[in-house]
Parts: sequence; C-alpha cells; structure tokens
Amino acid sequence: MMMVNADLRRERAAATFQPELLTHILDGGAERTRRRKEIEALVINDPDFQHEDLNFLSRSQRYEQAIRKSSLMVMKLREYGIADPEEIYWFKSFVHRGRPEPLDLHLGMFLPTLLTQATPEQQDRFFMPAWNLEIIGTYAQTEMGHGTHLRGLETTATYDPATQEFILNSPTVTSIKWWPGGLGKTSNHAIVLAQLYTQGQCKGLHAFIVPIRQLGTHEPLPGITVGDIGPKFGYDEMDNGYLKMDNFRIPRENMLMKYAQVEPDGTYVKPLSDKLTYGTMVFIRSLIVGDSARSLSRACTIAIRYSAVRHQSELKPGEPEPQILDYQTQQYKLFPLLATAYAFHFVGAYIKDTYRRISGDINEGDLSELPELHALTAGLKAFTSWTANAGIEECRMACGGHGYSRCSGIPDIYVTFTPSCTYEGENTVMMLQTARFLVKSYTQVSSGQQVTGMVSYLNDLSRQRIQPQHVAARTVTVRINDPVSLVEAYKARAARLVEAAAKNLQTELNHRKSKEDAWNRTSVDLVRASEAHCHYVIVKLFTAKLSEISNAAVRAVMTDLCLLYALYGISKNAGDFLQAGILTDAQITQVNQRVKELLAIIRPNAVALVDSFDFHDVHLGSVLGRYDGNVYENMFEWAKKSPLNKTEVHESFHKHLKPMQAKL
Amino acid sequence: MALLETGKYSQGSVLGSVNPDLASERQTASFSVEKLTAWLDGGAEHTRMRRAVVEAIERDPVFSRENQYFQSQNERYEAAVRKAVHLQEKMHEMGWTENGPEFKYIYRAVSGDIAFLLHRIFMRSISVLGSDKQIAKWMPLATQYQLIGSYAQTELGHGTYLQGLETTAVFDITTQEFILNTPKISAMKWWPGDMGRSATHTVVFAQLYVHGKCYGVHPFIVQIRSLQDHSLCPGITAGDIGPKMNFEHIDNGYLMLQNVRVPRENMLNKFCEVQPDGTYVRWGSQKINYFTMTTVRISLISDEVVIPLMKACTIAIRYSAVRRQSKLKPGEQEAKILDYQTQQEKLLPQLAAAYAFHLTNNYLQELFKKGYSEIQKNNFDRLPELHALSSGFKATITQYCTAAVEICLRACGGHGYSLLSGLPSLYTKILASCIYEGENTILLLQTARFLIKCFMAASAGQPVPPSVTYLAAAKPGKCPAKNKLDFLSPDIYTEAYQHTAFRLISSTAAKLQDLIQSGVKKHDAWNQCTVQLVQAAKAHCHYITVKNFAETVEKLETRAGIQKIMKHLCDLFALHGIFSNTGVFLHDGYISGAQMDMVTALYLDLLAVIRKDAVPLVDAFDFTDKNLNSALGSYDGQVYQRLYEWAQKSPTNKQMSPAYERYLKPLLHNTLSKL
Repeated sequence: MMMVNADLRRERAAATFQPELLTHILDGGAERTRRRKEIEALVINDPDFQHEDLNFLSRSQRYEQAIRKSSLMVMKLREYGIADPEEIYWFKSFVHRGRPEPLDLHLGMFLPTLLTQATPEQQDRFFMPAWNLEIIGTYAQTEMGHGTHLRGLETTATYDPATQEFILNSPTVTSIKWWPGGLGKTSNHAIVLAQLYTQGQCKGLHAFIVPIRQLGTHEPLPGITVGDIGPKFGYDEMDNGYLKMDNFRIPRENMLMKYAQVEPDGTYVKPLSDKLTYGTMVFIRSLIVGDSARSLSRACTIAIRYSAVRHQSELKPGEPEPQILDYQTQQYKLFPLLATAYAFHFVGAYIKDTYRRISGDINEGDLSELPELHALTAGLKAFTSWTANAGIEECRMACGGHGYSRCSGIPDIYVTFTPSCTYEGENTVMMLQTARFLVKSYTQVSSGQQVTGMVSYLNDLSRQRIQPQHVAARTVTVRINDPVSLVEAYKARAARLVEAAAKNLQTELNHRKSKEDAWNRTSVDLVRASEAHCHYVIVKLFTAKLSEISNAAVRAVMTDLCLLYALYGISKNAGDFLQAGILTDAQITQVNQRVKELLAIIRPNAVALVDSFDFHDVHLGSVLGRYDGNVYENMFEWAKKSPLNKTEVHESFHKHLKPMQAKL
Repeated sequence: MALLETGKYSQGSVLGSVNPDLASERQTASFSVEKLTAWLDGGAEHTRMRRAVVEAIERDPVFSRENQYFQSQNERYEAAVRKAVHLQEKMHEMGWTENGPEFKYIYRAVSGDIAFLLHRIFMRSISVLGSDKQIAKWMPLATQYQLIGSYAQTELGHGTYLQGLETTAVFDITTQEFILNTPKISAMKWWPGDMGRSATHTVVFAQLYVHGKCYGVHPFIVQIRSLQDHSLCPGITAGDIGPKMNFEHIDNGYLMLQNVRVPRENMLNKFCEVQPDGTYVRWGSQKINYFTMTTVRISLISDEVVIPLMKACTIAIRYSAVRRQSKLKPGEQEAKILDYQTQQEKLLPQLAAAYAFHLTNNYLQELFKKGYSEIQKNNFDRLPELHALSSGFKATITQYCTAAVEICLRACGGHGYSLLSGLPSLYTKILASCIYEGENTILLLQTARFLIKCFMAASAGQPVPPSVTYLAAAKPGKCPAKNKLDFLSPDIYTEAYQHTAFRLISSTAAKLQDLIQSGVKKHDAWNQCTVQLVQAAKAHCHYITVKNFAETVEKLETRAGIQKIMKHLCDLFALHGIFSNTGVFLHDGYISGAQMDMVTALYLDLLAVIRKDAVPLVDAFDFTDKNLNSALGSYDGQVYQRLYEWAQKSPTNKQMSPAYERYLKPLLHNTLSKL
C-alpha cells in the first residue's frame, strides 16, 4: 500500500469542515451513505466483477465484459435481495463504473413500460419471462430520420382484421430504427413505436411488443433485419442497433393496450388522458439532471486532486515549484465548476422530491403541478447537461496533456456524458419547450391572471405596466454578498429576458402571417429567456439549501460556494445585468473582484470538497484523480499494459520499416 | 445485404446522385464557388496543384482511410507506418520533393493520418541547433531513413515550463561522454510522438552538468533502438504511453534513461559547446532558435486547426440542409433544420470564424515571412512582437476552433455522436492543439506580459510595435452608431473591439500598479491579476482578427460576388463576438443598452442572409468525400443511405461475438428463473 501523497495529506488536514458530513447531505442522510458504501463494498470486493482496464480492450471485448457483468449483476441483485430502485441504481453504477451497459434499456425502459402500459393479460404473458431474462427487450423509438420530433416517426403498424395481426413495416431508409441500446446484438424483443393504421386511418404513435430474434438460436426472425450501428464517440460497451421490418406480423394482443386499444374488428378506442406520459419524461429528465451533477463532480474530483499534486513553474522567484492549484487561472477554471456541481446536486434532488410528491398526488388525481414541472425539467435538463458537458471538458483541459490520455478518465466521462445533450429530448428543443411555458405564463399575466410556482415573479410585471422602462430597471438593490439578494437579481434578469422575448415574438407576429415563422424568428431570444429562468431557479434552490444545513462549518463553506456560483454567473452574463439596469458598472467590477476573492477563500477546502463527493477509486477510473495522489508512478504502471507494448518489437518493424531502410 | 427491396428505398439507392435538398441549395449561390476556392488557395494555379496532389493520393489504396473508424490502436499504428513508408515511394514516383510546392498539400490529402511526423521535427532541430559538422553527419542518415528520429522534450512532470525538466546529462571528462539519466519517475520522457515503437534515435532535452555545475537544458542525440533488430539499447526503457482521445495512429512514447552514455559530439552545439576539458562555451545568438520555436506555433494553425474547423462546418451544414425535422408551417413538408434560427445561430458563426481565422493565418504567415527576412539581416527588433502574436493567436485560435468543432458536433444531434459522422475524431484531434506547443493559458499570459509592457511604454510616450499602436492613441468616448445599419460599418465595430481591448489592457495595468504600490510583491500582484490578463490578451487577438478580416474584405475585388458574401461573413463574425460578450462591451457604456439591442437584431438578421449561401460557402472549402470521411457530410447528401451502408461494415456486424454463446445464451436459457 502506497502512502498518500504529502500534498494531498496537507490539503486534507487544512480543511475547515468534515467531508463526511457533506457526503451525508449529498446522499440524503448518514444512513443512506452507510448503505451506499455497503453496496459499493459488495461490488468492489467481489472478484467476479474484476477485469482488465477497459481502455485496453476492443469494442467487442468491452461489449463482452459488459454482458458478462450484467448477467452476474442481475443474479446477484436477487441473491442479495436488493430491490429498492435507488439501491439497484447504485449497485449497477458500481458494477459498470458509471458506464452504460447492454441491459440498460431492458431494465430501464422495457420492464417499466410493461408495468405501466401493458394490460394484466399482457403482463402475465411478458413480464415474468422478461423479469427472468428469457425475454430481453429494448425500446425502439428513435429512427434514422427522426429523434426528438416524435410525430415524424415513419414506422407503420397496419392492422389486418382478417388475421387479427399488425403488419409492421419500415417503409423508407429514414424509418429504420436507429440508436436503441441493446438492440444490435443483445435483445430478442423490442417495444417498437409505430404509426398505427386501422380501418384506413392513421391513429398516431403506439407501442408494440415485437419479437426480433429466435428464442434458442438468437438468429434474427424472417422479415427482421437487425444489427449494430457501428463505432461511436463513446458507449463502446453498448450495442446501439438498427432494426428494419418488412411485413413483419405480430398478433393483435402485442399492442400495449392499457390505454389505447384496437378491437378485433379494427375499431380504435382512444386513451383517456395523455398527461400521464408527462410523468415518465419528468422522471427520466430528472435523472439526467442528477447525472449532470455526478459526471461534473467526477471530473472536478480528478482535476482538483491532480492540481493539488502537480507542481509547475514558479510563482515566487527562488521558491520551489508551486501546486498548480495555487494559480489564480487554475482556480478560476475549476472552482466555479465545483460550485456548479454542488448546485446541480441540489437541483437534481429537488426535482426528484417534487416528482415523488406530485406522483403521490397523481394517484389521487391532482395533476395541476405537472405541466409546470414538465416545462421546468425540460429546461433544467438542457441547462445542466450543457453546462456539465462544457465543464467536463474544462476540467480535462485544466489537466493539460495528461488529461488527454485515457488514463485520466476524463475522456471517458465526457464521451459517456455528452450524448445526454441529445437523448431524451434535444437540448435546444427542450429550452424552447420551457420557453413556450414561460411565454404562456407571461401572456396570462398580461391578461390580468396570476401565475403560481417558479414563474410567479412574472406577476410583478402587471404592477410595472405603467412604467415605460424594462421591468427590472427599477427597484432591485443588489447586495453582492447576500445570496438571497442575488436570487432577486437573477429573478429580475429572468423577468426582463422573458418579457423581451415575449415582446419580440409579438412584434414578429404583427409583421408576419404565420405563428410558426414568428416563433422561429424569435427562438434565439426564447432560448436565452429559458436559460435565464433556469439559472434563476438553480440559484434559488442552492440558496434555499443553505438554511437546511445544520452544521455551521459545512454551512459556511457551502455559502461560499453558493456565492461563487451566483457571482460567477453574473460575471459571465454581465451584459444581461447591465443592460437591464439590475447592476451598475461599478457593481460588476465589484462582482468580478469578489469572485477572485472567493477563489482564494475556497482554495483551502478544495480537496475536501471533492472528497465529499466520495467516489471510490475504482468507480472514478482515473490515474490522475486517485485518492492517494500517487499519479506518476501509476501512469507508468498503466502505460505498460497498453496493447502497443505487448511485444518488445512491434511487427510493423519487420513488415514496413526494415524493408524501407533496405530500399532507400 | 439486400437493402433495396421496396420501391421507396430505390430513391436513395445510388450514392452519388445528389440529394435534391442539397442541389437546390447550390442553385441559388450568390457567388462563384470556384472563384472563392481559388481565392482561398491563393490563386487558381494553387487550386489546380492541390487537386492534383489530392487526386494522386486518393487514387492510391494504401492511403485509404475507409476502415479507419473500425480499426484498433494497433491497426491504426501499423497503417500509419505503412503510409509513411509508402509516401516515400509515392513522392519519388510523382517527382514531389520535401521543398517542392506540392509538399504542403500532401499532409492535407492524407488528413495527417501518417507516421514519422516527429522524424521531421528531429531533422528540423538538428538543422537549427546542430553545427555544420553535426548536420553533415546526421541529416543524410535521417533523409535516407537509415534512422528514425523523435524529439523528447516533455516529461511526465513537466511540459510547457521547460526550465523544470529533470532529465540529467552529466559530462564525464575521462571518457569524453555525457551520461544521461532519468533520476526520478516524474523525469521520464512522456508523450513524444513516434517514440513508443518506431524511433531509433531521439533528441533528448536534459539539464547539463559539468564539474557539478548545472548549465540548464540542452539537446542531445541519443540512440534508443538497435539499427539491426530494433530492440532497445542498453540502459533504455521505452514504450507506448497507452490509449489517448485520438492519435491512435501515433505511438506517443515514454523513455527512461539509466546511465546511457553518448559521445561529447552528440550534444547539439551550434550555440554552445562543452569542450574536451569540460569548459562550457556559448556563442552566437539563440534568438534565431527562439524564432524557430515561435514559427512552429504558427505553422500548425492551418493544418491542425482551421482545416478541421472547415471540415466540421462542411459536415454539419450539409447535413443540416438534408435533415428535415418537425414542421415550421402546418401542412407543409418538414423543414430543413438549417432553416431553424437556433440551428443557424449554432453553425453560421462557426462558418464565419473558419473564414476569419483562415485570413488571420494568412496575416500571420505574411508577418513572419517579413520577420524572418529582418532577422536574417540581424535585426531582432520585431521578435518580441512576433513572439507575443504567435503565442496569443495560437491560444485564441485553437481555443475558438476547438469550441466551434464541438458546436458542429452537437448540432448534428444523435448522428453526430457516431464515429461515422467524422465529427468525433475531428474534435478529439483538434482539442489536442490547445495543449501541445504550449498550454494556452500560459501562452495568453505571455501575450499579456507583452501587452502590459507596451501599454506602459506607450503611456510613457515611447514607441511601440505596429500591432499595438492603438495602445498609444486611446480615444475615450462612446460608440457613434445611431441606428441598426450603422453596425454594418467595419469602422464602427472595429472601433468597438479596439476600445474594449484597450480598456481591458489599461484597467489591468492600472490594477497591477495599484497592487504593487499598496505593497503587494510583484509576482503576487501578477498572479492576482491573471484572470483579467488572460481576458485582455484574448480581447487583443479578437480585435486584430476582426480588423484583419475587415481590411481584407475592403481590398477584395467586387467581382463574382465574393466581396459581398465575405463582407456579410465579416459582419457576422464581428457582431457575433459582441453579442456573445455583451458584458464586456456594455461595461463602461461604450455601447449602450439600446445599441446592444440593435447589434442583436442585426446579428439575427444576418443569420438569415448568410443562410442562403451556407452550402456554397462550405463547398468552397473544396474537400473531397474521401478527405471528409463522413457519412453525414458527403457532397451528394445521401446521408441515411450512406450511414446504413457504412454501419454494415462494422466488425460488430461481421464477426461473431463470443458474448452470445458465453453469456447471453445461458442468460436467456432460463438460469435465472431458478433463483
């Protein structure tokens, strides 16, 4: 066992708070932390889950490892009796070290969809076999030609009353199902989203259970063309697949019919409400917000620990090389991201709690809060995933050349995380959904109605109507050291940008005939308004969290981080605050100065603040971010295992180099 | 696999027939694409030559990159070595020489996917740092590939900060040799290309010790592998540093030296020498050497930074003209995603940036050519300015273009994430440019040091170099624009950039002064201002870029519609910069809130104008399909068909994975239900 690097020891000794206490807050209580670590130990100490460093394996080998671990995982989960969804999530995340795996869609989409959309008869038929993995399913929605815009999907399911079957077809190249995880090689069934045609009419998108591979041989069924879509940026262990169907017939009973139905004669029975589908989307997007927080936290952990260990150049003539974490430019790169990671943790927890509370209400029939939550999570999903995506890259860049090596672990975090800007709703489209809600709320306020919830600041607009100036240009007196006052500043900025976008939209409408054209010509403004709204919500939630922290030392350091988050955001978006008259030039100068002071204040706690995220080395998967900080020795050990080093003299020497030297 | 069974598939069946959505974009071009291409190349004769080189390379199957996305690190490395070897024959066959005009097009034609790039740096360092005798000895061997060279500077523990290198070379007077050692793990050479597997020799940078005294970092030629069987020489530990984000084809290596002895003559001694008795002598000026390092930063801008951005724009914009999604108007066909304002706002500024930085590169090349001729006349006056510009622009352009490529990648939605789109590899390659040849933050601080110095000189009434004369002639005041269209005047926006750069430099200088006067030590004051200093350096480079773009457009002939479209791009680039940095321009009220609203409105209007020429503007970059190697970006726009056909070639579809028999089968066959 190697000693912990002296720099890191010193850093940890100098912290002003106990990292475990903060870990408990992130986990939702000391008991949750204990249980998480217990599950972590079950996985990490299990020899069955050990394997070679994935960086050295080919895609095929990585897929194979993932499948091997997934099979074991399912068995062990049952052996250990782990059934709580969050505990399953932990277990899975430790087994696969935060990476995707081929059964993700089976466990995360196929089974839940059966539970929510299958009739009891269908559940009898499919659920237990799927539960026991005789059926492995995926969820085939995205096509080559269409993703987020679901109505554009082209796959057809035509009902044939003569045989009481649906005939599935992929009528164009663009209609080929493309991207679903686990579809290429793993699954033998898929829930396929297709345009339903019955009695000559299109009834829109519906879900069908489609067998795609022969049970037993695993060969594709006649009429099914299925395969892997090839190499990607990341997701090496996932067999994202394509699926093409040619007059493929399935029995009528394979349409998921808990809500909409097709009767034997072809009569279509409409579902009661579509609001319920909002629920699933809110849930999945809330997971992405949490994922943004975790991915950014991992990258921060690596970059900050490495910056405490790496010494470079000189700050003071004649003195030893300083830790690069002592350079202001390095702090300025990393600490705002650290603050952001914490902010996103609290936002993720908030959405999850709110969703849980509202789903309780849903069962009692009260859906009134759902539209707002749906609109808010769309924007927050986009805001947090964009920010985390850029933040992970900044962390990698902050590690210089070594960040570029796969051994840093950050390239992997990035390529695994970056598709979340696209999946479950492309981010720009998400921002525009939030904008639609904001504009609607603004219109309500303009017509004299009150709005509630996170948009209630728009109500203030009606009181400002007499003033010709921008809404926010008046009353806010911002105290830059008071988070509560900064929340007001963000609120004023959001109000100003929502109003500006709504007014520009109105102007366009006055000039043009089509609503859609006007919307399109205002969409850059609308996205800005949504961003400002989301930013306000995040600052507000972070600030609100502070009062819930009972330990004074932890609260103090979190207050610094919260201030940094809020002030850095103002500094980066100074134009908005200046233009709206919320802050003066002099105040912006103060804000910029205060940001730099906060960097120095946070500096002594930086390592402790990433330790609090409590990532196990195995889970972190980074040589630069190791808890013990012994970076260089382990980089060398790691490199020696590289495939290019398998033989002392590479075969290219004999094949190419030697003959060339002889020839020239 | 039979793809085209049904009638509806046949429409896209022939790759090569142009997708009507792209064809229509090309019919409405407001300018001559061919003429713009020739202008970008610096004349029609250059275009002809470039195309001839590209054609010769692409016709040769050895240079094919068709299977690149499916290959392992080992296969990529082998292919790169094979190409490098084959290129020697090809050049001979074609009559191309290293100093000929065709040479610069070869790298573009092979997309950099070739080994022995460090061999060239090895040769360059010998020719710059070596004596005539050393050049006579080593260059013929290197040219004939009797040895393969590398360049071992960076260590595990130190990169940009060269004084910190820890490898040692101790002179042993009794044997007239240097003894090279890696005294600790952080001193291990790490990252040098071609060194992991290929190189037989390398230039090692080490701290020179004579009689116990350290003389600083010096270069030594060290043989690391046998010329007979390629095995490692005694005392040498070397190998590959393992997988990276890109450069799978390059064997970036590590090197550990244990009492490795090289003869005294192996220290490159054009500027200094250790004499047989151990006397250390230094002669001549190292400034020319310094200049060479500076030019490397400039030389990478075109091939490694601007061209990748041009490729990314080509892919993303063509794809956006083919991809239809959602409806803009009810009852109509789904709209091209390029018609969405948000998509234009993502892509068109990046397109403008590609043109802007292409011109900045021309400007820098010209400047350095002049600088070089001055230096040859022993006039080193412009050296600090050239150094500051090369550092600042290397940092600014790599950072801007890296971000731009990533925007292009993400603008292609899910399909951009497939390696087959070509975008992930463009991104992972360009982003390395932010680190190599000097870490960007450090480079910007070097530029800032120059700017502060010039500002102080200007304030004291002393002369300053040409690129920073504005520091002497600051005009306080306000932006004179009265209405939206005033912002189409290059004078108006160039002034705004100049004002901002001036404000950031002067206010940082003032802050530094204040801190020092209040008793803060100089280096502490510097560190406390570094965030601002970086911002000031970037603002300076941004200003020069806008100014150069505007001046170039001014000089263009009006013919063939080229000046007009370039003017639009210049306006867009400038206004986008203001729109994205509103705080900086509003800060002291130089631009008012009302003026900022004009900028925003005008900027958004321009997007719609440039939208019409977007496809012709990327066509003008003139990349062949093979060169782009993208299923999304091909000239014919047959995106989906190509994606489907390329996916079939994936080894995951051709080879049987053992995963089914080994794991899936037992899983599916009911082992679980027993639980």
